[in-house]
Amino acid sequence: MAVRRKTAHEEWAARYGGGKRPPKEGATTISGVPLQPLYTPQDLAGWSYDEKLGYPGEFPYTRGVYPSMYRGQLWTIRQFAGYGTAEETNRRYKFLLSQGQAGLSVAFDMPTLMGYDSDDPISAGEVGHCGVAIDSLEDMETLFDGIRLDQITTSMTINSPAAILYAMYIAVGEKEGLSPAQLGGTLQNDILKEYIAQKEYIFPPEPSMRLVVDTIVFAARNMPRWNAVSISGYHIREAGSTAVQELAFTLADGMAYVEASIEAGLPVDEFAPRLSFFFDSHIDFFEEIAKFRAARRLWARIMRDKYGARDPKSWMLRFHTQTAGVSLTRQQVENNISRTAYEAMAAVLGGTNSLHTNSMDEVLALPTERAAQIALRTQQVLAHETGVTNTIDPLAGSYFLEQLTDEMERGAQQYFDRIDQQGGVLRCIESGFFQREIADAAFEFERKLEANERIIVGVNAYKEGEGAPVPTLKIGPETERGQVARLAALKARRDNTSARNRLEDLKRAARGRDNLMPPLLNCVKAYVTEGEIMAALKEVFGVYREPILF
Amino acid sequence: MPAQASTRKQAPETAKRWRVLTAKVGLDGHDRGVKVVSRALRDAGVEVIYAGLRQTPEMVVEAAIQEDVDAIGVSLHSGAHMTLIPRILELLKERNASDIVVFGGGIIPQDDADALKKMGVVEIFGPGTSLQAIIDFVNHGFKAA
Repeated sequence: MAVRRKTAHEEWAARYGGGKRPPKEGATTISGVPLQPLYTPQDLAGWSYDEKLGYPGEFPYTRGVYPSMYRGQLWTIRQFAGYGTAEETNRRYKFLLSQGQAGLSVAFDMPTLMGYDSDDPISAGEVGHCGVAIDSLEDMETLFDGIRLDQITTSMTINSPAAILYAMYIAVGEKEGLSPAQLGGTLQNDILKEYIAQKEYIFPPEPSMRLVVDTIVFAARNMPRWNAVSISGYHIREAGSTAVQELAFTLADGMAYVEASIEAGLPVDEFAPRLSFFFDSHIDFFEEIAKFRAARRLWARIMRDKYGARDPKSWMLRFHTQTAGVSLTRQQVENNISRTAYEAMAAVLGGTNSLHTNSMDEVLALPTERAAQIALRTQQVLAHETGVTNTIDPLAGSYFLEQLTDEMERGAQQYFDRIDQQGGVLRCIESGFFQREIADAAFEFERKLEANERIIVGVNAYKEGEGAPVPTLKIGPETERGQVARLAALKARRDNTSARNRLEDLKRAARGRDNLMPPLLNCVKAYVTEGEIMAALKEVFGVYREPILF
Repeated sequence: MPAQASTRKQAPETAKRWRVLTAKVGLDGHDRGVKVVSRALRDAGVEVIYAGLRQTPEMVVEAAIQEDVDAIGVSLHSGAHMTLIPRILELLKERNASDIVVFGGGIIPQDDADALKKMGVVEIFGPGTSLQAIIDFVNHGFKAA
């Protein structure tokens, strides 16, 4: 009787398990996806290159949205910055632009993000602390003073009041003599992930969705270089989700915006090419690369097959990436430089279109100029020294990576089904489904850390003493005092009758169904403040209260 | 640290069941940390009342007195800690409720944490603190290690 010879794979398996030291079992990604010690062609049985990958710049865009990727154009180095007053932030922007940065990314302070003016009692202690304070068009003019808006693109991280800041940016452009069509940039404006994760919601979901759709419609008709929404997984991940949850919830939000815009009467190919995405790049290197590749493939299929988009630009998922703030540690702060570098490389190997690298000290406070410069240089080293830009999607065909990319896709598809079964994204927000999934994942991560099943260098291994204190950026009380005084002077100087009338026009429009961008533009040009506009809209729309769960 | 994980939930039967109000103070919505800590304390036998997001110092102090808690745990990531935490201490004093312990966590630089402790905050837990350290802190009657 013939004895079947062991395959090479079986021989390896025997050697693997047969040594003196038993190999570690139960390895998973940081998100809990089980991992094999070795992947071989068997893991890709039935896998088709043409179906799964195709070519760069071609459906399903797994290998990247552009035919030449980084050989054609480097990703945009876009460092998120903003602190204190508009004047101080303007100086930081000019510095960043002089250092080779191509685009600006505005960080607003908490009162601005939550729709309060700097003189509101609830803003006490918050003005200028985690971003720049913007109350009116006057501050926005100062923020971009001396910067030609048609020479750069600007990303604005703002959500509930996004339409107002968008109107202010358009108005600043007009003062520079630029038409809206000449302005390029991105508004984060992703309200759904606010309810799900970052929690900077103000109005209830329905009127919030209307505001988002109004900006999408306005951009589609007037601003061909503008991304009205940056559909964001970053905050979902930072709130503790797994990679699959980040991928699934973000694309589910994207589908909700597509459906709302189609419902508003916009043909899909008129707005879909300007939808953009924003993901986290966490510390688990291969899982992140797989996530980015799966995101492109999923979105291309969804747009073509589910929504019938015909313009290939509608199929392309273009995205910004930020390295993971949650992966930074207070202990041994300098180690954060290397964490950020690995995360940045994962984003680039995953084909990101723009990138923010965190500064090592962001776990302590806003970054100092020195720390921000190291973060910028980290990207420049990656771009110009490591050689990663030379070959497109260089990890394609790896048994491991392709299997993991498929796994991400499968996991996301399962979540899409669960969300559909529960009545869609808005219903899942109201029931707390997303919030509970994320809280559970966050708790599970902490549990593993606590049990030493996961190691974080300096936190539960390789510990040292506290080490020398790192200098941090301080925002003094004079920032708030100065901002409040400027606001009082503006309110005394402007034409208050006109301001009141513009606000009344806005409220009338908000009660009806017209697009709110024109009345918002009239408000900001009359120097009505952000807080005044938001208060007027709250009168019409009401405010949201979330289900409390932990 | 995890080495003591086995002692969790094993506070002596006679030990007091502590009541803690947790809250996000200030305008930011970063609730990952406060939710994880609230759940860990609850699992360890502490009675936890999580007040939710955007609580003003007035709301926190009112709730703490109404709920008759032993301690308030506040979480801040917005940079407003040097305004809002001292205000909580001040309000507790005004209401003759300074026996309620105040501790906190979030993104709070070390020198600010030191200053807050001088004002009467019992402990500030920075990023990377183990859950067990916070559980031990509560179960030992809010004594800083």
